[in-house]
Amino acid sequence: MNQYALFLGCNIPVRVKQYDVSARMVLKELGVSLVDNRQFNCCGYPMRNTDPKAFLLSAVRNLALAEKMEMDMLVLCQCCFGSLKKAQAVMAEKGDLQAEVHGLLAEEGLEYDGNVKIKHFLSVLYHDVGIDTIKQQISRPYKNLNIATHYGCHVLRPSRVTQFDDPVNPSLIDELVTVTGAKSVDWPLQLECCGAPVLGIDDDLSENLTKKKLTDANAAGAHYVCTACPYCHIQFDTVQKRILSENGNQDDALPAILYPQLLGLGMGIDGDLLGISDNEMDISRVTSFLSEE
Amino acid sequence: MFDLLLYISLGIFSLGLVFKLFTWFSRKISFGAETIATSARLIAAVKGIAGILFSFKLLTLIKVFILDVIFQIRTLKEDPLRWLMHILIYWGFMLLLFMHALEAIISENIFNDYYSTLNPYLFLRDLFGAMVVAGLLIAVCRRFIFKVPRLKTNAMDYYAIIILAVIMASGILLEGMKIASPTVFSDMQEEYAALDEDSDIQALENFWVKEYGLASATVKEPFDQQEIEWGQELNVEYCASCHASNKWAFTGYAMARMLRPVAVGLDHAGAVNFLWYLHFLACFFGLAYLPFSKMFHIIATPVSLLVNSVMSKETSRQENVITRQVMELDACTHCGTCSRYCSAMMASEARGNPYILPSEKMVALKAMAGGKILSQAQRGAIVEGVYLCTNCDRCTVVCPSGINLKELWLSVREDLVQKQGSEPMMLSPFSLVRGLNRNLLSDEAYAKPLRETQKALAGEFDEITRPDRTVALQEEADKKWLLHSDDTDFSCCFGCQICTTVCPVVKNYENPAESLGLLPHQIMYCLGSGLTEAASGARMLWVCLTCYQCQEHCPQQVKVTDLLYELKNKAVQKLEN
Repeated sequence: MNQYALFLGCNIPVRVKQYDVSARMVLKELGVSLVDNRQFNCCGYPMRNTDPKAFLLSAVRNLALAEKMEMDMLVLCQCCFGSLKKAQAVMAEKGDLQAEVHGLLAEEGLEYDGNVKIKHFLSVLYHDVGIDTIKQQISRPYKNLNIATHYGCHVLRPSRVTQFDDPVNPSLIDELVTVTGAKSVDWPLQLECCGAPVLGIDDDLSENLTKKKLTDANAAGAHYVCTACPYCHIQFDTVQKRILSENGNQDDALPAILYPQLLGLGMGIDGDLLGISDNEMDISRVTSFLSEE
Repeated sequence: MFDLLLYISLGIFSLGLVFKLFTWFSRKISFGAETIATSARLIAAVKGIAGILFSFKLLTLIKVFILDVIFQIRTLKEDPLRWLMHILIYWGFMLLLFMHALEAIISENIFNDYYSTLNPYLFLRDLFGAMVVAGLLIAVCRRFIFKVPRLKTNAMDYYAIIILAVIMASGILLEGMKIASPTVFSDMQEEYAALDEDSDIQALENFWVKEYGLASATVKEPFDQQEIEWGQELNVEYCASCHASNKWAFTGYAMARMLRPVAVGLDHAGAVNFLWYLHFLACFFGLAYLPFSKMFHIIATPVSLLVNSVMSKETSRQENVITRQVMELDACTHCGTCSRYCSAMMASEARGNPYILPSEKMVALKAMAGGKILSQAQRGAIVEGVYLCTNCDRCTVVCPSGINLKELWLSVREDLVQKQGSEPMMLSPFSLVRGLNRNLLSDEAYAKPLRETQKALAGEFDEITRPDRTVALQEEADKKWLLHSDDTDFSCCFGCQICTTVCPVVKNYENPAESLGLLPHQIMYCLGSGLTEAASGARMLWVCLTCYQCQEHCPQQVKVTDLLYELKNKAVQKLEN
């Protein structure tokens, strides 16, 4: 059985618990086992703007802990993934900062030698579990469900560092959605930012980007936007709800569903076990697209 | 003398207690606390408490009191060793307090047969004392030998260990000295046995030296078997009904045996009296200073656990939340559990700022709430400390004192940010949670610190880019500030402007150059021309989404996004210096 060190990050356990719950459910069904480590700390992403040493030290400590566990890391958040991958790339070079990071980790008895593999949850599903295995588990394929797949910037770019998928014409999530029976619609703004990185810094800009994307996905006929990152999900769920309540027309609503929620329902897992009702916006009607068992 | 000291220390303790309780209602650390009067907070608290006591929530309180206060289950879940340490000290000390220190009030009234020199009380006193000593040893090991990461020890932690150690050590020494003391033996013999014959006294002394740890100037080994047997009979007849074997007082007995070689001399020098004073003065000092020391947590922490079990964000009055948050500062025991799991712990190491760790923030906030004047640098470090937080809530989950740290951070953070004016950490994803809670603030209060921070970070940007000013170009680009310069930095830029074309931020504005200061390609040009100062002041940097579209699409592989990151780092560094 495949075993991974689960890296949850800071947002999921507090603000997007249903991502944790649903990802664990589907991975369990697919024979992937996860090991938690309470010693993991922030991935360093929020520190990149202000302090390169704080970013690198935070990220690399996690990598060193995973190496100690002798497991690949399974990361649920796009921004954590991007940050950890970036740190790995930086540590592959030699310099004063790198040496300092090694030194500070050694004070805690930790060692980083660069061998840990950092994998995103979706990559594990696509490459390690495999589309065929997933297909066999789909007991209730969706019918007539249109999904706008949202990749999230920090898994795709910079592609030389992240090596997740083709950065210009990616297909990994679309294939993962298609296997559930849903249709992945084409939408021009698919690869654009969700707006979350500047939420709290420039809310107008942040919400404009979100609104543009949602309008675009709506125009493409999507019923839901499918996310696999807590930041993107907060933006499309919590922030969209706020936008709608402040000035929006409720008809424009395009709720977000987390990929493991979408997949889990197709695998016949009960919605309660996937935290369907924990989303801020109501996504309960997605079950009406499921075929009978 | 004894009574006088007791009443003085009790008086100080009581006044201190009243003072501390008053500060819970008068001090202000949370955002919005300025506008609420102490009287309003007192009234709200009385109403709140009454409401709870006459509802089913009373059952919750009882449950929490048993599980979390008496048995400290929250600590057990997190760290069994620390639980063992604390439960040994807490139970040992409480039992000593009730059975031994307050024997005239409690033990003698509850147990008809109570006599401190009879079992089980003689044994129990030493057992409880040994528990405290064992707990203290674990505490010392944890703090000074095991080197638990990020467990900081401050003056208050030293005080707590030292005062307990002095009370315990003086107590055990006193008991040992009394057991060994010929004077005490002789006094007790006269008072209780009142033997007339010197030979009887001699026999009894022989027996006590051999069996009960007494030291003697005259009686030496080897003992005369007949004397011992006679002494034992006298002991049974005159002593045993009120005095069990000293061996039951195992710590004191062991101490007496250790002191034996010097006990007679010490006894002459008045060691019993000296230790008696030391023990009582230490106890009185500990009592009088308790409200002002870390030991006040024995009152505040149960209050925190109980209050937090019945208060909720939705239903609690703002007045009570403000009061609770001041009280929670006293409930913090500086145990460091929060800092052990803090997500931002490595930022604390990297930035050399202890206030990023929750446990140290609590110390700083306590000082600030108490009106301590802090230097500008200290205040800055504290503001950074409360803002450099991922809001992962782990500290709240693990806190053994049940402190609602996540809400405390939120309200304290806003108060500090508003007063400080600007804080570079605000222009980072750490602002996510503030953004999500925007509706709690007025538009202006929300926007002002962000605006001020951008202004501070812009440096001389407006001056450098004044329309009527011509900037002299540098002959060579400045690359010294780059974290890792390689062959694909800005000097490879050939000016195609694709970075700006694909930027979603640029697309968002009708007049992007005006809104953003400089566009991505202009920033690259600036760098190529050595205008690093101008580049690091552009607003563009702080609204960059870090989506990496520019970098991904650059035909020359210029690391545009990474360079923007480095410029931001540089601007922050410059402001900090």
